[in-house]
Amino acid sequence: MPSYSFVLNGKPVTVEAPPDMPLLWVLRDLLHVTGPKYGCGVGVCRACTSHLDGDEIQPCVVPVADCTGREVTTIEGLADGDKLHPVQEAWLDQDVAQCGFCQPGQIMAAAALLKKTTRPTDADIDRIENVCRCGTYCRIREAIKKASQNI
Amino acid sequence: MARQLSRRKFVVYSLAASTLTVAAPLGCDGSKAEGAEPAVPASRRPSEVLARGTDEEMLVLEVTAANKVVVRLPRVEVGQGITTAAAMLIAEELDARLVDVHIPLADARAKGNQYTGGSNSVSSLYGPARELAALARAKLVTAAARRWHLPARTLRTKDTRVFAPDGRSATFGSLTASAARIRRPDVPSRPKPASRHRVIGRPTTRIDARDIVTGKATYAGDLAVAGAKPTVVARPPTLGGKVVSVDDRAARAMPGVHAVVRIAGGVAVVAESFHHAFKAKDALRIKWAPGPLASLSDAAIRSRLRAAVPRLGRPPRGSAQTQGEFEFAFVSHAPMEVLTAVADVRADRAEIWFSSQTPMDARVSIASAVGLPKAKVKVHVLRGGGSFGRRLNYDAAVEAALISKAARRPVKLMWSRGDDIRHGRMRPASHHRIRASHARGRVVAFAHSAASVSESDELSGASAQGRAGSVGARTASPLPSDHGLYNFGRVSGTSGSVELAMPLGAWRSVDSGTMRTAEEIIVDEVAEALGKDPVAFRRTTLRGKAVRAVLDKVATAGKWGRAMPAGQAQGVAVHEEYGSCVACLVELDATDPKNPRVTKVVMAADVGTAVNPRGLEAQLMGTAIDGISTVLQAGIHIDRGAVRESSYADFHYARQRHAPLRFEAHLMPSRREPGGAGELGVPAAAGAVANAYARATGSQPRRFPLNF
Repeated sequence: MPSYSFVLNGKPVTVEAPPDMPLLWVLRDLLHVTGPKYGCGVGVCRACTSHLDGDEIQPCVVPVADCTGREVTTIEGLADGDKLHPVQEAWLDQDVAQCGFCQPGQIMAAAALLKKTTRPTDADIDRIENVCRCGTYCRIREAIKKASQNI
Repeated sequence: MARQLSRRKFVVYSLAASTLTVAAPLGCDGSKAEGAEPAVPASRRPSEVLARGTDEEMLVLEVTAANKVVVRLPRVEVGQGITTAAAMLIAEELDARLVDVHIPLADARAKGNQYTGGSNSVSSLYGPARELAALARAKLVTAAARRWHLPARTLRTKDTRVFAPDGRSATFGSLTASAARIRRPDVPSRPKPASRHRVIGRPTTRIDARDIVTGKATYAGDLAVAGAKPTVVARPPTLGGKVVSVDDRAARAMPGVHAVVRIAGGVAVVAESFHHAFKAKDALRIKWAPGPLASLSDAAIRSRLRAAVPRLGRPPRGSAQTQGEFEFAFVSHAPMEVLTAVADVRADRAEIWFSSQTPMDARVSIASAVGLPKAKVKVHVLRGGGSFGRRLNYDAAVEAALISKAARRPVKLMWSRGDDIRHGRMRPASHHRIRASHARGRVVAFAHSAASVSESDELSGASAQGRAGSVGARTASPLPSDHGLYNFGRVSGTSGSVELAMPLGAWRSVDSGTMRTAEEIIVDEVAEALGKDPVAFRRTTLRGKAVRAVLDKVATAGKWGRAMPAGQAQGVAVHEEYGSCVACLVELDATDPKNPRVTKVVMAADVGTAVNPRGLEAQLMGTAIDGISTVLQAGIHIDRGAVRESSYADFHYARQRHAPLRFEAHLMPSRREPGGAGELGVPAAAGAVANAYARATGSQPRRFPLNF
């Protein structure tokens, strides 16, 4: 089986996997990094949202072969040690989460948005497609606005 | 009933242990209790409960030597915030720091009430949890008093410590062993009066919030149970379809495949990873026989429902009629976390890990499915990634157990999103016929008859096995309008049903989500027929003071009646249930009627004491999004016996762009004991959205979701 090397949350990793194996299952089943969640497997619900070289990706539709030599960041790698990322802090401030299952993806989507758009408008935030079945959207919006002031 | 029970004096007692451990019987609503016999039948006196009490039926609190307070909760956390509310009740009475209170979820028990549902968790815990913690506190104070040779009444408690007047202090953990030996505390062990509450009623962030935002919160699929391999199931294209033949040679030959087993619901593949499992599943060559509904589509279901609605009877002589027929499509629960269960079934025992609202029933069903005595089956309850009623049923757990048994190895079964949407469960489709009769400017009779789809016994496979006996789809229940929310003269109504072999389930707010929504639409239409404003009409016809107060609150806070541009409108609705009431006002922009946007939601609720106002606000926010979704765009089609939708790409639950830009929740101050809140908001939100849409577009909304 081919092997692939990439940087995961700041540390180099090498995995043996079929080339078409989605990054999501490489992370969850081979590396036991379970922050990114399965919610649909087709890049729609975005519960697995993570970063590849700093850009938002849905690992359920990114083959591991595409990650060679690149930097993968999951929710586990967003904080700087014990110091949470401003988006995570804002999520705590607004008490955004309910069941919590989509929130790693929501946070990673918000962090990616804020990297590109430091002062997102309501229209920018409306373009986030991540599903939250508990309906925490209003608090997500407030948390993103709050985080944008602290970045 | 829950409120009557919690007003009783609970008998709380101490268990023999080396650390302070106290227990209280957990009251329950007998009609909703899980299992054959409710833990505390209403007729039984608390003293009898004490006599027959066992740890199993109890809420048990332990203070550990490490200064942690641990209460194993016989409820499941699915996002509703019950672990946070329980921790707050304990922290309040114990004067413990919230971070020192741990609320793990209890394994399935043999007896008692371990049912999460009916919006009853806070009301059922409110009395026992506080009594329990108050007794523990009294014993800890007494232990400190004896250690320091001081009168117990001079001591104070704060931050998980006991303090002496001279400034000395001792942690609860350092006192727990001696407190365990105290039979009668020297200070009263009554819970605090509401006026002294400092934790209860304080808006509090979830106790698991940090775990969630760092990705540490653990769901069934995140567990690393030794040897439990990823497992998926190939399921039929139609509901209830059957395997005719399967050629699994190609699948078995694929790398990483451990087992392929036939089960009632299809063919299961156990593999090294979910990638391997999905690939091998796709390589199975299966011939399917169509399910029992193969000739049935939405149009036929709708006409059968219409025909099953009982007649309304004659209206009062001389009255004018405002009437409507309403149709609601099936709706998937679609929790974010798909059904997942880890099962390790051996010849002589079984162990299952999953998220369940009914773990006791699940345990019995799993034991019977795999042929083991109940005592040999251990069910670990995990937090769930949403539920909305879906985890009342335990389809996936039974299935996982059967696969583990057949494959002779532990498995981690996950339903795909396609499995979840295509094979249910669903809120039943329903049809409603409502008629308000009015004369001389007021309603003199109100009739509402309805029919909904109910699950027939024909259904087989995992869905049937995972059906929760006592809490399946309720269809023949009394109509919510029987409670007399409005002063509408003679209120009548009955319900009929159409039995179909479909996997159905109770969906957040159950029958009220459709029935009361439709009624709130008719209330607006009656107001219009009588030339009255919807808020003014409700204010003069609502019976209860509390529900009038929440209506007034949203009308004021939401600036009811403010001028809106063409194509935009406000809408309002109210609801009363679970000993609570709620009002919702929305503003909706239907400039493009095919793409309406709710721009603002204002809700007000009176739920009695709100243990965690921040959590309650979150629940109301969730119900607002449920109302927006189910009224405007989220539903399930049936095409020739199969579900048309297969993911969130076509099951259009709201996204950020459909959510209101502004949301406000107003909580009415109250010293009443808590009522229910988790499901409360759905009918009011749905009704308000429909009414706003009607006013914005000049239409009469009748079939939901509107854009489907």
